Amino acid sequence: MDQVKEDKEQKNASKKKDEIVISINGLKKSFGTKDVLKDITLDLKRGENVVILGRSGTGKSVTIQCIVGLLKPDGGSLTVFGEEVAEMGEKELKELRMKVGFLFQSGALYDSMTVRENLEFPLTRVLKITDQAEIDKRVEEGLDAVGLLDAIDKLPSDLSGGMRKRAGLARTIVINPEIILYDEPTTGLDPITSREISELILKIQKQNQTSSIIITHDMECARIASDRVLIMDDGKYIAEGSFEELHKSKNKAVAAYFTDIL
Amino acid sequence: MAEEIVLPGWKKWLEGIGDQVGFFFRFFRNVFTGGFEWSEFVRQCYEIGYRSIMLVGITSFIMGIVLILQLRPTLVAFGAASMLPKTLSVSFVREIGPVIIAIICAGKIASSIGAELGSMKVTEQLDAMEVSGANPVQYLVVTRIIATTVMVPLLSVLGDAIGLFGGFLALNIRDSMSFNLYFTKVIGSLDFTDFLPALVKTIFFGFAIGFVGCYKGFNSNKGTESVGIAANSAVVTASLWIFVIDAIAVQITSLLFYN
Ligand SMILES: Nc1ncnc2c1ncn2[C@@H]1O[C@H](COP(=O)(O)OP(=O)(O)OP(=O)(O)O)[C@@H](O)[C@H]1O
Ligand SMILES: [Mg+2]
Repeated sequence: MDQVKEDKEQKNASKKKDEIVISINGLKKSFGTKDVLKDITLDLKRGENVVILGRSGTGKSVTIQCIVGLLKPDGGSLTVFGEEVAEMGEKELKELRMKVGFLFQSGALYDSMTVRENLEFPLTRVLKITDQAEIDKRVEEGLDAVGLLDAIDKLPSDLSGGMRKRAGLARTIVINPEIILYDEPTTGLDPITSREISELILKIQKQNQTSSIIITHDMECARIASDRVLIMDDGKYIAEGSFEELHKSKNKAVAAYFTDIL
Repeated sequence: MAEEIVLPGWKKWLEGIGDQVGFFFRFFRNVFTGGFEWSEFVRQCYEIGYRSIMLVGITSFIMGIVLILQLRPTLVAFGAASMLPKTLSVSFVREIGPVIIAIICAGKIASSIGAELGSMKVTEQLDAMEVSGANPVQYLVVTRIIATTVMVPLLSVLGDAIGLFGGFLALNIRDSMSFNLYFTKVIGSLDFTDFLPALVKTIFFGFAIGFVGCYKGFNSNKGTESVGIAANSAVVTASLWIFVIDAIAVQITSLLFYN
């Protein structure tokens, strides 16, 4: 009996591991006459980190904005946890967004609030945590993870660009989301902090079994944090594979991304 | 978007009206659902109300003085100088006070709300709030609109008092009248049909100021220049609304009270 139960649990666990949390199929999005996304297809598995590389303006940010329902796709299907995002009502969308962390390219800190209040905001407004001790603990843990504990009572206007980015990252991870969408988490940071952030992304993945899409131009970050790399060009993915596989690729368009790396 | 460019003006205008109606219902739904953001509301009342006291005070004070100085020669010519306090109090409380103060508030408050929310839009803070699962309408819009709806009438009552006091000082430049006498005359010439419609009117002014500011900021475009556009068109539209509401209010009050 016990044996059977164990088998079943193992099966469940492995099923959970292969579970696809985000499934995008033939996604299209245009702005006016400009076709930004032409044919995006991507499956993100539970516990997997996918890095998206691609030149500026190819629609990487647009893709992840479609995932959280900020932008409405024009065609194709996009499901998160098996449910079509475009068909979600306000309530379902809210539930989805509670499970998905989103790091904006600009950080998007709330100007009128201190760093502490920025991190408290999703805890009190979304997760509705009322225990102040718990809130303090999570805020401090979050800030500690990005090395910003001493800036806790500062306003965003008093932070440097890199500090703002890290505060935005802390605000994204403080709610322990199941999926995290990082839009250029290391852009504008010095190499040492960049590496720390990349390692933090890896650590979060391992600790919480989170699945992530990481948009980046930072090859070091791609190397450290990725399980799989996609290269995007002209509204489609033109290459896919592990970092090493793509690194060895003979394809010129792919190799161009790896020229600096020996 | 391609079609939008060739849309005839009136169609676009209608679309704008539709958007505003939609925004109104979104506001309304959020007033009654979910928790009310008390601390943000109090902060907004402070920003909107307390920080406008100086401006409203000075403007009303000057208006009171100027009106007395302007009215005096005419009334003296008719031998009706003793009517000065009554004329001032009725015109100030019924019309000049509420409208001038609302216009001042449109310039100060609607523009600052428009600029603040507009810049939050540009820097993706509104999107960030939305994707975090929090409700930006509840946190930002409901609090601001209710704060203006409460604070503009209060500012307006304060402005009336200061304006009438300014009138008293101006009156004492040429004539001399004790404060007691002036006060009795002013109060005696006002009744609730002067005061109440004016107060109700300012509630609508306050709502319009908050609503237009929030709508313009919330729906601004995503370039930096759109922050300025949002602030500017918030002032223009709110001022226009104030006059429209005033015109309607005067019709209603004269039907109800003055015939
Ligand atoms: N809300 C929008 N309205 C109109 N056009 C948009 C909008 N958002 C993005 N675009 C356009 O879509 C294209 C892709 O933008 P996106 O922000 O996804 O680029 P990106 O791949 O993230 O580039 P970067 O690496 O510079 O961040 C751009 O040409 C941009 O002009
Ligand atoms: Mg981008």
